[in-house]
Amino acid sequence: MRRVMTMMAAIGVVAALAACAKPKPPVARPAPPPPAASSGGPTANRPGAPEPVRESPIPPEPMITSDPLMSKDIDEINKNSPFQPVYFALDKSDVDSTGQETLNKNAAVLKKYPSWVITIEGHSDERGTAEYNLSLGERRALAARNYLVSLGIPADRLRTVSYGKEFPFDPGHDEGAWSQNRRAHFVVTSK
Amino acid sequence: MKHIAYALGLVAAACASLVLFAQPQPPQEPPRQQQDIILRIEGPPGLPPKLAVPDFIPIGNDSDVVAAAKTIGEVLWDDLNFEREFYLIARDTYRSIPTPASIDQVPLDRWKELNADGVIVGTVRKAPPGIIVQVRLVQVATGTAAFGKEYSGSLNSIATDHGRIYAHTISDEVHLQQRGLPGVARTKLSFTSDRDGERINGPVGDRAISNIYISDYDGANQRRITATRGLDLSPVWFPDRKALAYTSYRTGYPDIIVAYLEQARHTTPAGGTAEKQNFLPAVSPDGTKVAFTSNRDGNSEIYIMNVDGTNMRRLTNHPAIDVAPTFSPPGNQIAFTSDRSGSAQIWIMGIDGSGVQQITRETKCDRATWSPAPFNEIAYTSQSGGGFDIRIFDFATRSTRTITDGIGSNEQPAFAPNGRHIAFNSTRSGKEQIFLIDRDGKNLKQVTRTGVNRYPNWSK
Repeated sequence: MRRVMTMMAAIGVVAALAACAKPKPPVARPAPPPPAASSGGPTANRPGAPEPVRESPIPPEPMITSDPLMSKDIDEINKNSPFQPVYFALDKSDVDSTGQETLNKNAAVLKKYPSWVITIEGHSDERGTAEYNLSLGERRALAARNYLVSLGIPADRLRTVSYGKEFPFDPGHDEGAWSQNRRAHFVVTSK
Repeated sequence: MKHIAYALGLVAAACASLVLFAQPQPPQEPPRQQQDIILRIEGPPGLPPKLAVPDFIPIGNDSDVVAAAKTIGEVLWDDLNFEREFYLIARDTYRSIPTPASIDQVPLDRWKELNADGVIVGTVRKAPPGIIVQVRLVQVATGTAAFGKEYSGSLNSIATDHGRIYAHTISDEVHLQQRGLPGVARTKLSFTSDRDGERINGPVGDRAISNIYISDYDGANQRRITATRGLDLSPVWFPDRKALAYTSYRTGYPDIIVAYLEQARHTTPAGGTAEKQNFLPAVSPDGTKVAFTSNRDGNSEIYIMNVDGTNMRRLTNHPAIDVAPTFSPPGNQIAFTSDRSGSAQIWIMGIDGSGVQQITRETKCDRATWSPAPFNEIAYTSQSGGGFDIRIFDFATRSTRTITDGIGSNEQPAFAPNGRHIAFNSTRSGKEQIFLIDRDGKNLKQVTRTGVNRYPNWSK
C-alpha cells in the first residue's frame, strides 16, 4: 500500500514538474505518433499533415488498486461504512421510498463486493417497551433484508440481529434522537 | 457461586435446627390443625398487631456477634414491615429501653407503655458448631412466647453480611406461623446491570454491555453472575433457585442460556444459530419447561420445550409479532405480547397454543407477569403519556388498575412468589433502577442504585 502511494506521489511530482517546466508553446512541436495501430493507421496515411498544437499527454497512472475499501480491515470499513442506515417511522417496519433509495445504494455496494457478508441490525427507540422492541427491531432488519434480496442480493449474505432499544445511537430523549434510533444498521461481518 | 451454596446450606441448617416450642407430634396421634396450638398475637379489633423488634442480645463481646445482633434486629424489622401484616413500632421510640442480659428478662412493663402487642427478642452467640441465634415472639400482655426457635449456622453465616439470613428466616417463619402468610424474606431478585462500566468497542463503536446480577429481595448482597462481553438480558429464576434462564448475545445473536449456579455450567437448550435466534425465556412453575420467543420460522413466535431442549413445539402461528411469554401459576396457560390486533397487547393461550384470548385493549402493552395464588391477576407494562406505567388486570372482575403513578417511566413487572409485591424498573430517580411495589400501589422501595438496572425477576 505504502509503495503504491509512494509511486503515485512520484508520478504526480513528475507530472507537475513537467507542467511547470513547459514554456508557452511558441512553436509547434511534433507529437509522438500515436502508438495504437487502430487509431494510428489512418493518421499515418496522411503524410505531411501538420500535427495540431497540443500538449503532450500525461501517461495514464498505473492504477493497481483504486479501491481503498478492498484493503481495509472489517473494523475500518465499519467505522466509515459505505452502507447507509435505513430509518423507520414510529412502530413501523415498512421501508419507505427514502429507505428504498438507501437500500438501492447499499445493494450496489454489496454487488461491488460480492464476497462481503453483512449483518443487518434492527433497532428501535425508547418509546416502545423493551421486550416488544426486540421483535420490532427484528422485523425492521428483516424488512431491509427482504428488500435487498428482491434486488438480487443472495439471502445468505444478509444476516439479521435485533437489539431492540438496548443500543441507542443517540442517547437523547427527543424526536431528533428517536428518529436516529429507529433504524436498520448495516455491519460488515466478513469479507 | 460459593456464596449461594453457602446461603442454601444455611437455610438447610436453619430448617434442621432445634425447635423449642413446636415439637413434632408423635406419629401415632392424628395430625392437629396448627391453629389449635398456636398463640396468635392480635391487635385491637380491626387493627394489625403492634410489634417491637429491638436489637438482639449479643452474648459475649465478640465484634462479629455484636454487629450481627444489631443487624438481625434491623433486618427483621424491615422484613416484617415489608409484608404489612404487623404494625412495626419505630425503632427510635425504644432505643431508651436497655438491652436485657438474657432472652428471659423481657421488660414487659416498658413494652406495655409503648402499646406493643408483641415483642421479638433474641440472642446471638458463638458456640459449636459456629453461631447460635435464639428468638422468641413474646405476647406483651401475658409474657407468653407465641413463637420460639433456635437456629445454628457456621461462623461464616455472620461474617459477610452480619447474619441477614437469620432475620429473613425468622421473618418468614413468624409470618407463616402467625399469619399463615408465605413471606418473601428469603427470596432473591435477578436483573441486568451495566454498573461495572464495561463496554464493547465493536464495529458500531462504543456500546455499554449488560450482565446478569442477583441479590436478596431487599437489594442486599448484589452479585454479578455472568461475564459476557456483550448483552445478557431477561434473567428468570428456576423454581429451585439453582438455575437461571436468560437471553445472551455472546455469539453475536440472541440465544437462551440456562445457567446452573452451583455447578458453574450452562446449556443452550434452544440450539440457537444465526438463522434460529431465541430470546426472552420463561420457566414453567414446575421447572421442567421453558417457553421462549424465536424467529426460526421467519418472525417472532412463541415456542415451548423441555429444559433439555427436547419436545420443542411452536405455540403461535401468526404473521404478527408474538413475544415475551410468561406462565400462569398452575403452568397450564401462557400470557404473551402480540400485535395481531394492530398494536402490542397482552394475550393468553393454553400451553398447547389453544384458546387464544385478548386480555388488554390499551395503547400499547408488554411484559405480562402472572400473579401466583391467592390472586389471579396479570401485571404488565402499559403506555401512559410519554412513558409507561405498571398496570394490573384482575381476572375475577375483568378490570384493570394502574399501580405506578406516572412518575418516571415504569416497565418490566415481575411478581413476588406470594403475589403481594411486584419488582419493576423505573426512571423515577434518574437512570433505570429496580424498585419493589405492592399490588395496591403502596410500599414503594428502591433496591438498586448503581448503573442502569433492568429486567427484574423474582425467585420462588
